[in-house]
Amino acid sequence: MTRRVVITGIGVRAPGGNGTKAFWDLLSNGRTATRNISFFDASQFRSRIAGEVDFDAVAEGFSPREIRRMDRATQFAVACTRDALADSGLDLGSVDPHRVGVSLGSAVASATSLENEYLVMSDAGKSWEVDPAYLSPHMFDYLSPGVMPAEVAWEVGAEGPVTMVSDGCTSGLDSVGYAVQLIREGTVDTVVAGAADTPVSPIVVACFDAIKATTTRNDDPAHASRPFDGTRNGFVLAEGAAMFVLEEYEAAKKRGAHIYAEVGGYATRCNAHHMTGLRKDGREMAEAIRVSLDEARLDGTTIDYINAHGSGTKQNDRHETAAFKRSLGDHAYNVPVSSIKSMVGHSLGAIGSVEIAASLLAIEHNVVPPTANLHTPDPECDLDYVPLTAREQRVDTVLTVGSGFGGFQSAMVLHRPEVASV
Amino acid sequence: MSTVITGIGAVTPNGLGAEEFWKATLAGHNAVKELTGFDVSKYASRLAGQITDYDAKAHLPSRLLPQTDVSTRYALTAAAWALENAGVTEETLPDYDMGTVTSNALGGFEFTHQEFNKLWSKGSEFVSVYESFAWFYAVNTGQISIRHKLRGPSAALVGEQAGGLDAIGHARRTVRRGTKLVVSGGVDAAFDPWGWASQLAGGLVSTVADPEAAYLPFDERAAGYVPGEGGAILIAEDSASALERGAPQIYGEIAGYASTFDPKPESGREPGLRRAAELAIEDAGLVPADIDVVFADASGLPDKDREEAAALRAIFGVRGVAVTAPKALTGRMYAGGGPADLVAALLSIRDGVVPASGHSSRIPEEYGIDLVVGEPRTKPVGAALVLARGRWGFNSAVVVTRHSN
Amino acid sequence: MAQLGIDDLRRILIACAGEDDSIDLTGDILDISFEDLGYDSLALMESTARIKQEYGIDLSDDAVGDVETPRALLDLVNATEVAAA
Repeated sequence: MTRRVVITGIGVRAPGGNGTKAFWDLLSNGRTATRNISFFDASQFRSRIAGEVDFDAVAEGFSPREIRRMDRATQFAVACTRDALADSGLDLGSVDPHRVGVSLGSAVASATSLENEYLVMSDAGKSWEVDPAYLSPHMFDYLSPGVMPAEVAWEVGAEGPVTMVSDGCTSGLDSVGYAVQLIREGTVDTVVAGAADTPVSPIVVACFDAIKATTTRNDDPAHASRPFDGTRNGFVLAEGAAMFVLEEYEAAKKRGAHIYAEVGGYATRCNAHHMTGLRKDGREMAEAIRVSLDEARLDGTTIDYINAHGSGTKQNDRHETAAFKRSLGDHAYNVPVSSIKSMVGHSLGAIGSVEIAASLLAIEHNVVPPTANLHTPDPECDLDYVPLTAREQRVDTVLTVGSGFGGFQSAMVLHRPEVASV
Repeated sequence: MSTVITGIGAVTPNGLGAEEFWKATLAGHNAVKELTGFDVSKYASRLAGQITDYDAKAHLPSRLLPQTDVSTRYALTAAAWALENAGVTEETLPDYDMGTVTSNALGGFEFTHQEFNKLWSKGSEFVSVYESFAWFYAVNTGQISIRHKLRGPSAALVGEQAGGLDAIGHARRTVRRGTKLVVSGGVDAAFDPWGWASQLAGGLVSTVADPEAAYLPFDERAAGYVPGEGGAILIAEDSASALERGAPQIYGEIAGYASTFDPKPESGREPGLRRAAELAIEDAGLVPADIDVVFADASGLPDKDREEAAALRAIFGVRGVAVTAPKALTGRMYAGGGPADLVAALLSIRDGVVPASGHSSRIPEEYGIDLVVGEPRTKPVGAALVLARGRWGFNSAVVVTRHSN
Repeated sequence: MAQLGIDDLRRILIACAGEDDSIDLTGDILDISFEDLGYDSLALMESTARIKQEYGIDLSDDAVGDVETPRALLDLVNATEVAAA
């Protein structure tokens, strides 16, 4: 008999307010949290907008030593972990640490700390050689991001498998998918899984400037992220994190845990096409959707809501729309589809987990979050994208998808446990 | 249903190509030398296992060169060799039946160093379009998948120096879930000035100046490790599918895998290495007495060596199994280290010979391990245990066995 | 300011994106599409960034998006004013 996996705790740090409640408040009201970059002088950049998180490490309870040691993304991951554990009500003291794992996603990991340390060591970036006299003792931690899941493991006392899943912009979906596999196969019973990325840093802004992937709507930052809109011209870079407690279903039920949803199915495919480009037909994403539905033993028509990748680039939104039609047929026209990136931006490796959080909350509240800033139809994006206003409706089953550089295409089906056709 | 290895490819300081690597390893050739490429005189550590004979133009299409870090070039080259060795082309299997799972711990570091430098010395408009992916940890998986049209389930894992074995373990998991073939392994490189300084910041790199004495795992003189670059890519394949398509050879079976994490420092609980090894042996359906050789993690730090020796004694008894650490000859290749050891383990099975552990010779009696030193040891190998540990507490173990139909 | 010629463009393309092993770039490539020459949108973006760095010629994104051949790109470059320093 297959072991089933459920999510019993959520922790979120996203633009527009910290914590799960603030996050859902933002989404369900269709407010946006993208703004002019305030972390540094962005005047030399093509795109000067971001989804920044107002994160106060001291108020979050981090000690000065921890703040020095941990990159901002690691702090996000640990803060979310604490929230997720508290939310789950799981007493880790009562669990065998050998049966607890950690799976953390991140695309660019310690980018912020790397850049800060580089400037210190290289005469403000002017020198190719670096001066070891200015070498931070924490530099190795920023070089090799294995420290991020390690910090989470220490936080929860996990001694099972601990890893970072770094699949670019699908990391946050794939890290949870990885955790599901660990529990299903019986390696562990509990995994703290999720993702964190804090890429609002000059080097990351510059690299997306170079490929013109980010929006130039600098005069209107609050309405700059426009997934599926005819006037969209790129994504809005953001930071964020979400962590979850995943448990084996019977164990969660036995302890009377509140279950947000079961992870019914998960699949990932590569397009083997281009590091940044997408083919128009959405073939590989459609395949990932098809396989994740098969794994969940659900028909596509049972999907109540699609939480889209919806980055707001010309090619992505078209690609994704094609993938939904290819995998779901006519049902694609009947199911509400929305992109929360319209409100919180695109936090690269973290966003997949942030979007899982949104999907779980959609089930919890029976509300479909909207796509903000969607005013102008695009003939190539002709589905129901829930423009501007959240929609109250029964939500039992959600499909959430991601797409990333490297060609990764991932899909996950989340549903109330009682929906399962077991 | 079993998962077997049907192809191997290695790019290491001790040889380009798995067979070259194996020959140099058996010959005890030491690849540790003073690092070249920039002035290392201001650093306390100057020795590295550097790849000095790799000409990217000879191995890769010119279109791939401007967009790749050196570590990605190594990964692409090793992957192409492994696929060729396994007799696999784009047409061998349907595209969704072939996936890619790799590990790297350092990303495309030299490439990103160049772009950081351009951004801050010249301005944002000088940053390359390729920076958006040449840097990130998923790049090798993505580039391999694109070059060879592998559209199956794929991933990139990071677990410091243990991640390469986690990639192999996840490849087997992926095969078990129904993907017939997975290109897997790990590669790393960061020998630019900033990468070098950052590696030294870890505080574990040897400052001994003699290339033959800098990295001496399990030796009483152990004083740290020497960083290396490179790694290996292997082809993990469902055995039935491999036999059906007539794979040119089967090097062995990935019979067992496990991964654990050490307890939080100062907890007083036992480190996780022993448990990882025991779980992997159990997962293989074996008992410790079935293991013919252990490819140790071999950190080269006295406390870590002692810890590993204690784990091996606890599992196998005093001097209960042959132990080797050929990575002493190449330096530690981060995510590439485990996969390179796996290649050596598979070739030990094939050739019935266990390589020696570099220049280690004075092994403390209290370690109680039978370390293969000096010369390779001729002995039949039916099962090998490969161990890898990563900074902060990662432990991974893989058991490979001779494949029998 | 010297105008950009096909030899300059060839050099920039190779430096920015390498060359497809199956295609001879030394021949008359003016009217062969970039796609047929083995160059994708990234290759063109990197090359136009290099043109800006070396020649001070800043091409608009939209204009570059419509360019399909070396001749069209050269015409666009040579019709564009050098940006004031």
